[in-house]
Amino acid sequence: MTAATVAAPSAPATPARRLGPTAGLRHTGTLAWRSLVQIKHNPMELLDLSIQPVMFVLLFTYVFGGAISGSPGEYLTFALPGIIVQNAFFATMTTGFGLNQDLTKGVFDRLRSLPVARWSPLAGRIVADTVKQAWSLTLLLGVGMILGFRLGNGVFGLLGAFALLLVFSLAAAWMSVLVGVLVSEPDKVQIFGFTVIFPLSFTSNAFVPTETMPSWLQHWVEVNPVTILANALRGLLVGGPVAAPVLQSLLWAAAIAAVFAPLAVRGLRRRV
Amino acid sequence: MTYAIRAEGLVRRFGDTTALAGVDLAVPAGTVFGLLGPNGAGKTTAVRVLATLLAADEGHATVGGYDVRRDAHRVRQLIGLTGQYASVDENLTGTENLLLIGRLLGLSRRDARDRAAELLAGFQLTDAAGRAAKTYSGGMRRRLDLAASLVGRPQVLFLDEPTTGLDPRSRNDLWDIVRGLVAEGVTVLLTTQYLEEADQLADEIAVVDHGRVIAQGTPEELKAKTGGQVLTVRPVEAADLPTVLAVVGEVTGVDPEVTQTTVSAPVNGPGALPAVVRRLDDAEVYVAELALRGSSLDEVFLSLTGHRAEDETPALEGSPA
Repeated sequence: MTAATVAAPSAPATPARRLGPTAGLRHTGTLAWRSLVQIKHNPMELLDLSIQPVMFVLLFTYVFGGAISGSPGEYLTFALPGIIVQNAFFATMTTGFGLNQDLTKGVFDRLRSLPVARWSPLAGRIVADTVKQAWSLTLLLGVGMILGFRLGNGVFGLLGAFALLLVFSLAAAWMSVLVGVLVSEPDKVQIFGFTVIFPLSFTSNAFVPTETMPSWLQHWVEVNPVTILANALRGLLVGGPVAAPVLQSLLWAAAIAAVFAPLAVRGLRRRV
Repeated sequence: MTYAIRAEGLVRRFGDTTALAGVDLAVPAGTVFGLLGPNGAGKTTAVRVLATLLAADEGHATVGGYDVRRDAHRVRQLIGLTGQYASVDENLTGTENLLLIGRLLGLSRRDARDRAAELLAGFQLTDAAGRAAKTYSGGMRRRLDLAASLVGRPQVLFLDEPTTGLDPRSRNDLWDIVRGLVAEGVTVLLTTQYLEEADQLADEIAVVDHGRVIAQGTPEELKAKTGGQVLTVRPVEAADLPTVLAVVGEVTGVDPEVTQTTVSAPVNGPGALPAVVRRLDDAEVYVAELALRGSSLDEVFLSLTGHRAEDETPALEGSPA
């Protein structure tokens, strides 16, 4: 067989005027599959998704645990929700990284030249990243529980924590999308991620109680979304106040989405 | 005549730059149309407008009879696009790349798989089907990219600089494939900075520079347009080059081009050759080679744009400019 025999144009049927109502969801599913199946050929990504979170739990628990909380076990209870939040922030950067890769390599153009729903390339990516996010969260909790972390609110607390984290990640993904459309190459997304997320997560009570910090820093720490989300997860997973931090987390998520989603969409329109 | 692609007065600006400054195109169905021009001439912008990826600021265009703005979704069902940068997903295998496109086009899992296998076989990629595309050679990648744009059996295919960066053999392979596609009835719009490529493939060529079509016609018409012929003289003694230069310059009335051993200039009219011979004889210059030949597209390009086309061999990545 030659290339020619496989290329004959199909009979000129009248092409459909517009997409069917469920087509966009189907496209999103296919594109999410694409992002996930990539992992098979890029084992480094699985490493990123798995080893890094586990390493953080082990390092923080055994290196800092004694110094900060008196014992690794007590520290784990305090820090695991914080580690989960930091990991979630890092994980959102995958969205911008992948998107930028698609933009710079021309994959995005190829996808947009197909008769698919306009929003599906972005939606597919975000769905896939949410799955990855859930995987990391499961892994973190699993390792934590092996090391002695105990759920204080049972299954409902666990499901609530999952739901809250995923909602927050979806909102934070817009920041990542914005970075992804603004920078010129994928590596810059990583660099941006590190330079912003490290200080953001360390100037919170994710790893260290607020009281030990200078008072000027405490003001910021108390409103830092990482602190608020970490508090909410502590409430849901371990025990303590739930309603206030969860509500504040949702407000933060809404604010982030309200600011960054329009900017990201505008940036994307300009870029392509 | 049925036109697969029509464009009228396309204008597109990016800030202060005008990428398209009023482009008209008419491509008959079943032909290869070449957009020839240097980097930054507006070729890619034209393709992006026609492939529904970019809105023109002014003018309008139809592909397969459908307006690229108002009926973009319909146009997308008729076209295939192969970009300047091979736009396959490097982290997917050859099969997965084609499956992705097939499924997005609404094929069932089984049909998408069959179509992928059929295309991979047709493009000699069966052996590499299960490998990630990042392990492919440049030529294989380009073939996979082309295969991906053919999954939906498009009527109109956009090839944006399909052979940039390929070695001569892969380039020839790709040319053969394109000829095969056209034989099957596909209309091809090809952009290229390689004059030879346009000459080899295109039925009709539009020369683009600074966002405008500055000449259009068949390769032969374009060659004829510039007065046709080039005179090349190689003296036996390199020391005679200045004399040859002066003679050729005076006879042809243009600034000849000089290399280490030859002087050449475009000529018009039948009198130039005998005049040059007579005057070189008077000057007692012995000539090793004296040739008159039809001008190549290279010279056409030069005379139309006032500058040479880009170097034929693209600079290797990382090499000093």
